[in-house]
Amino acid sequence: MILDPQLIAPSALKATMAQLKAEGFDFLVHLTGMDWGEEGFGVVYQLENTTTGEHRSYRTVTADREHPMLPTVSDLWEIGNIYEREVYDFFGIIFTGHPDMRRIFLREDWVGYPLRKDDKTEEQNPFKLENAELADTTTQYDVQEDGTVTTKQNIVFEEDDYVINFGPQHPSTHGVLHFRIAVEGERIKKIDPVLGYIHRSIEKINEGMTYPQTLALTERMDYLSAMQNRHALCMVIEQAMGVEVSDRVQVIRTIMDELQRIDSHLLYFSCLCQDMGATTPFLYGFRDRELVLDIFEETTGGRLIFNYNTIGGVMHDLHPNFCRRVKEFIPVMRKNLKEYHDIFTGNVIFQNRSKGVGVLTKEEVINLGCTGGTGRAAGWHNDLRKLRPYAAYDRVDFKEITFTEGDSFARYMVRLLEIEESLHIIEQLIDNIPDGATQEKMKPIIKVPEGRFYAAVESSRGQFGVYLESNGDKSPYRLHYRSVGLPLVYAMDKACRGNFIADFVTIGGTFDYIVPDVDR
Amino acid sequence: MFDFSIVTQWIHSFLLTTLGLPEWLTILTESVLVALVIITLYAIFAIVLIYMERKVCAAFQCRLGPNRVGKWGLLQVFSDVFKMLQKEIIKMRNSDRFLHDLAPYFMVAASMITFACLPWNKGAHMLDFNIGIFFILAISSVSVVGILLAGWGSNSKYPLIGAMRSGAQIISYELSIGLTMLTVVAMTGTMQISEIVEQQYEEGWNLFRGHIPAIIAFIIYLIAGNAECNRGPFDLPEGESELTAGYHTEYSGMHFGYFYLAEYLNLFITAGIATTVFLGGWSPLHIPSFDGFNHIMDMVPGAVWFIGKTMFVVFLLMWERWSFPRLRIDQILTLEWKYLMPISLVNLLLMATLVAFGLHF
Repeated sequence: MILDPQLIAPSALKATMAQLKAEGFDFLVHLTGMDWGEEGFGVVYQLENTTTGEHRSYRTVTADREHPMLPTVSDLWEIGNIYEREVYDFFGIIFTGHPDMRRIFLREDWVGYPLRKDDKTEEQNPFKLENAELADTTTQYDVQEDGTVTTKQNIVFEEDDYVINFGPQHPSTHGVLHFRIAVEGERIKKIDPVLGYIHRSIEKINEGMTYPQTLALTERMDYLSAMQNRHALCMVIEQAMGVEVSDRVQVIRTIMDELQRIDSHLLYFSCLCQDMGATTPFLYGFRDRELVLDIFEETTGGRLIFNYNTIGGVMHDLHPNFCRRVKEFIPVMRKNLKEYHDIFTGNVIFQNRSKGVGVLTKEEVINLGCTGGTGRAAGWHNDLRKLRPYAAYDRVDFKEITFTEGDSFARYMVRLLEIEESLHIIEQLIDNIPDGATQEKMKPIIKVPEGRFYAAVESSRGQFGVYLESNGDKSPYRLHYRSVGLPLVYAMDKACRGNFIADFVTIGGTFDYIVPDVDR
Repeated sequence: MFDFSIVTQWIHSFLLTTLGLPEWLTILTESVLVALVIITLYAIFAIVLIYMERKVCAAFQCRLGPNRVGKWGLLQVFSDVFKMLQKEIIKMRNSDRFLHDLAPYFMVAASMITFACLPWNKGAHMLDFNIGIFFILAISSVSVVGILLAGWGSNSKYPLIGAMRSGAQIISYELSIGLTMLTVVAMTGTMQISEIVEQQYEEGWNLFRGHIPAIIAFIIYLIAGNAECNRGPFDLPEGESELTAGYHTEYSGMHFGYFYLAEYLNLFITAGIATTVFLGGWSPLHIPSFDGFNHIMDMVPGAVWFIGKTMFVVFLLMWERWSFPRLRIDQILTLEWKYLMPISLVNLLLMATLVAFGLHF
């Protein structure tokens, strides 16, 4: 969609946002830091009303390039907390009233703010070999009534807290993720995520790339939603340029997205079993995932990273075997799903360990921006395939799986039932893939018209959004991704407090975050 | 049945009279021989069990298991052991070196001594005295000291949590094991292992003799025994997805190898004790008044019976291990203190009543 964010002065921001929240805009979709050069630094807010589905965007800007300061919205939407820390880390905008103004992705001794257009990142930060110390205190900036700014130290971990490091290398963080966990015996007191171990600054790299080049990097974020991520970026560019892709492409993209979802959910199931010590179902999941990967490999040549979607279509047509293979796969998968339920879902140990554990209520998931299966497990109808159908989702019949419990078991069941729905979607489409071009004719150099655009897809684990700001050039002015995993990682603290260390692993497994997507 | 004591008697008299050694030297020589036999058997069974675990687990998981080194992967375990022998034993700063290095020996020593208590055949007991069961319970608990020392000596957070869990778990489940043993002792009236087996040879396996309470005790023993070995679904002291490797996270080389070895042998020992106490040890399967059948069964050597039954129980434990997810610490303790222990106590009472009124077979 084309965004036309309404400009709000920083002084009026607090009141406007509070009013919007009161009006029912309870979901902060996205918060994008911006460097508008002469105009100064700013933030683009995207809000959504979860009952009416209305989507609005606002922006605010401060002209002060030396000490940019903006009021925080983290007290209204909890997820603002981590989004604002990200903006602070990359743009150096200080959010007054924010309780925790620490860097989140970069080292604490990092100099400069890399996403500023005039930052001299490499000159200021020679390669370091010594340890990066992590502070146990954090700074809060407050604006007093007379306009002066005061600072206050907030404590992250007390002096005598028993803090364990989960990660950066740990079998159950599913990647290079680092949690500092304060425990009391086996109970968790507090979790503080430390991110950025595999941050590649994809957003900054994109600013120097042409549009076709940027596509390749999307798949390196959430590698289990590679198809969907790339779909999202293709969609936003196509929408911005006004390109209509053929019906054939829409259907192919839908089938591929669903296969990808099955692939991801199978891995989810496997890893959850592994996290809980059930190694046998772990291998069952991998056995079946292999079938999906074989199908992908035949058509796209890749098993994890596909490079299939492209601006205006798909790279090449489906492999002649594709339809036959998919049709063979569907009954096999249905049969094996039953096996999963037999060996794992019904197991009394699993049920005891997941029911009523790590509960997030509907209000909490919305406030924390936990989209996807995690949100649906708590009863939040957030499936974009239903809310704003894209590609061929408007012509297929499927159910949106929701639960109301919001516990680990509900999150697990959402994924397993979604595999069935995905199979159902593919079944409806596979027999009547329309004929047509697999690629629209595009100009050799793709230039996106000036403007701000946003497109989102329902990726395997939630709403994956792309915010594109273009000034008519052949490379984007700013390309920002709404990471699905970042809110999930942030919500870990809320879901895990008071639970056991072993539950941390289960809850993390059911949340289903992918670290390269969190770090980008 | 072949009585193995003929062989031991012959060796004894050979050393004492034929060679004319003094009494003390004879006993010393015999002790050394027995020790060598124990260590060899220990190593052989470790290799067999590790290979078996891999193949069984592979079968459960739709895999093939090791199949590259040697025929059917038979040499895989040997190559693994050689690899482990070559590995450096890493010395860490800030760890308590003495305790850290001592811990694996506690584990191995405890499991070796327990191993020596098993009755392999008629007349083939290495350690056998009138408080045998009591001795097994006592000596097998020494391994928990090893685990606690490993956790403490490593001076690291994960091992410490693992060791704390392990301490809580093993000490709790020791109660159930003790009570189930007591249930059987109440019926047999003796604690001497050779006598317990001998009795079962004469009168039938304890599992059938003691019917209801014995079967309850057997099931509780299997659960608690699995917990004693720190094997899944009770493997949370080393739960790799939570604590990376629990109490032995900081060990390398052969020191880690000892923990690994002790884990597999403990599995065998748990199964061996179950066999001895409930399934008749080396005594063959007898069905009353089927004399021909009983006679054929008697021709199979006792050692085959013992190892066969033990391997069957090992398979049961492996089946459990590869089917269930891991429990949580509070659930493990709830299971023991709220379910298994009260049931065991009631069961003991039931057995006592049975014995008092002579209702067992």
